[in-house]
Amino acid sequence: MSTHVISNTGVMLGRSIRHVTRSMDTVITVTIMPIAFMLLFRYVFGGAIQAGTANYTNYLMPGIALIAIASGISYTGFRLFNDMQSGIFERFHSMPIARSSVLWGHVLTSVVSNAISVVVIFAVGLLMGFRTSAGVLAWLAVAAILTLFTLSLTWVAMIAGLAASSTDGATAFSYPLVFLPFLSSAFVPTATMPGPVRAFAENQPVTSIVNAIRALFEQQPVGSDIWIALGWCVGILVVAYAFAMRVYRRKIA
Amino acid sequence: MSTAPPAVHVSGLHKSYGKLEVLKGVDFSVAAGSIFALLGSNGAGKTTVVRILSTLLKPDSGTAGVAGFDVLAQPERVRASISLTGQFAAVDAILTGRENLVMVARLRQVKNPGQVADDLLRRFGLTDAAGRRVATYSGGMRRRLDIAMSLIGDPPVIFLDEPTTGLDPEGRIEVWKEIQGLADSGTTVLLTTQYLEEAEKLADRIAILHQGTIIVSGTLADLRKLLPAAKAELVERQPTLEEIFLAVVKKEPS
Ligand SMILES: Nc1ncnc2c1ncn2[C@@H]1O[C@H](COP(=O)(O)OP(=O)(O)O)[C@@H](O)[C@H]1O
Ligand SMILES: [Mg+2]
Repeated sequence: MSTHVISNTGVMLGRSIRHVTRSMDTVITVTIMPIAFMLLFRYVFGGAIQAGTANYTNYLMPGIALIAIASGISYTGFRLFNDMQSGIFERFHSMPIARSSVLWGHVLTSVVSNAISVVVIFAVGLLMGFRTSAGVLAWLAVAAILTLFTLSLTWVAMIAGLAASSTDGATAFSYPLVFLPFLSSAFVPTATMPGPVRAFAENQPVTSIVNAIRALFEQQPVGSDIWIALGWCVGILVVAYAFAMRVYRRKIA
Repeated sequence: MSTAPPAVHVSGLHKSYGKLEVLKGVDFSVAAGSIFALLGSNGAGKTTVVRILSTLLKPDSGTAGVAGFDVLAQPERVRASISLTGQFAAVDAILTGRENLVMVARLRQVKNPGQVADDLLRRFGLTDAAGRRVATYSGGMRRRLDIAMSLIGDPPVIFLDEPTTGLDPEGRIEVWKEIQGLADSGTTVLLTTQYLEEAEKLADRIAILHQGTIIVSGTLADLRKLLPAAKAELVERQPTLEEIFLAVVKKEPS
C-alpha cells in the first residue's frame, strides 16, 4: 500500500506540474505582482523610508517572497477546484489508488511551483542589488521556513478548493493573505506605526517570519523570532490540515 | 440462469439528500458478463445508485455489493473491480488524449502504459488526436476518451452513467458497439440511460427506476408482457419499450 501511495502521488504530481508548465501565464502572473511591488518600494518609496539599513533591497526580499507565495497558492485552490468540477476528482476516487495521493499531488505541486516563483524573485532581487554573505546553512534555513510557510498556506488553499462553489471562492481567500505583509515589518519598521496597527503588525505571523529570514541573511542571531515564526507556520498548518480533512471527508464518502 | 454469484447486487437501498428522498428501497442484481440497463427519467436517482456502487457515496441503509464485495465494508476491493464512466466526461482537458490514458494506466499500475494507451487510441479512433490537448476535443471525442480510460486494467465490472447523452447519432452507435464488445469479452456492464431505445438495443435485462424504487425489471420480453394483451394484439408490431414504460409509469400512483 505504501508503495502505492508514493507511485500514485508521483503520477498526480507529474500531472499537476504539467498544468503549471502549460499555463506559464499563471507563473508570470504570480511573479509579476511581487516584482512590481519590489520595484515600487525600491525605486519609488525606498528613498523616503527610514528602515535603518544601508541596503533596502535586502530589507524587502523576505516580504516580497511571502507576497509571491500568498498569491501563488490561489492557483493551488484554483487547480483543486477545477478537478472537483470536472469530475476527474471523482474518477480518481473510484479507482484502486491511494486516495490521499489526489490531495498530496496538489500539495506537492504547490510547493514546487511556489519554489520556482521564489527563485525567480530572488534572481530579480539580485539584479536590483540584493546581497548576502549567508552560508549554506542559513540559506537552507530560509528555504525551510519558506517551504513550511508555503505548506501551511497550501492547506488553507485546499480548504478553499474543496469547499468553494465558484472559481472566485476558490481563489479570493488569498487576497487578504497577500496584504498581510503590508501590515508587518516587511517594508517599514513596525516602530513607526501607530499603536493598534503596530500591535497587530508585531503579533501577526508575517513579521516574525520576515524578521527571522532577514536575520539569517544578515548573519545576525535569529533570537526568538524564528521560534515564533515556526510556531505560526506549524499552527496554521495543523489547523488548516485538520479543517481541510473535515471538508474532504464530507465531500467524499 | 447459472449459479455464478451476481456481479452487482443491490438490496433495500435508501438514500436521501436532506429531506429529498431519492432512493426508497432499490433492489436489483446484475448477472456476471451481462449488460444491465437502469432506465429512468431525469432526476430518478440513476446517478445516485451508480455513485453508491462506485464507493463515492454512502447509502443511508440497504446493502450494495460489487463482484462479491460490500461497498461499505470493502470499498478498496470494490474499486479494484470496477471502472466508472461518469455522467459528464471526467478527463483532464489540459493533458493530451494520450497523456490521459498513460496517467490512468500508471495509476492502475498496468505494464507498458504507453503501449496500452496507443492500443486504446487506435481502438477508439483517436490516434490522430492523441497528441492534442483534450480541451480541443469535440464532445464525442471526449466521451470516447472517457470510456477508453475506463477500460484500462480490464476491470470485470464497468459502470456507464448515461454514456451516450449529448452524442450525435453516429457517436451513439460507436459507443453502443464498444459496449456490446465489452459484454462479448465477458465484462459486466451496468449502464444508465434515459433512452428507451438504448436499453432496448443493448441490455440483456432492464430495470425501470421510478419514484425511488424499481417498478419493473426483466428482459425485454418480460417487459413486453406487461403491456395489456388487447393492446398488444391491436398493434401489429411489437410494442416498444417506450409504450411499456409509459404504461407502467401511468399505473403508479404519484
Ligand atoms: N448532492 C446532492 N444534493 C442534493 N440533491 C441531489 C444531490 N445529487 C442529486 N440530487 C437530487 O437527487 C435526485 C436524483 O438525482 P440523480 O441521482 O442525479 O438522478 P438521475 O441521475 O437519475 O438524473 C435529483 O432530484 C437531484 O436533484
Ligand atoms: Mg444522472
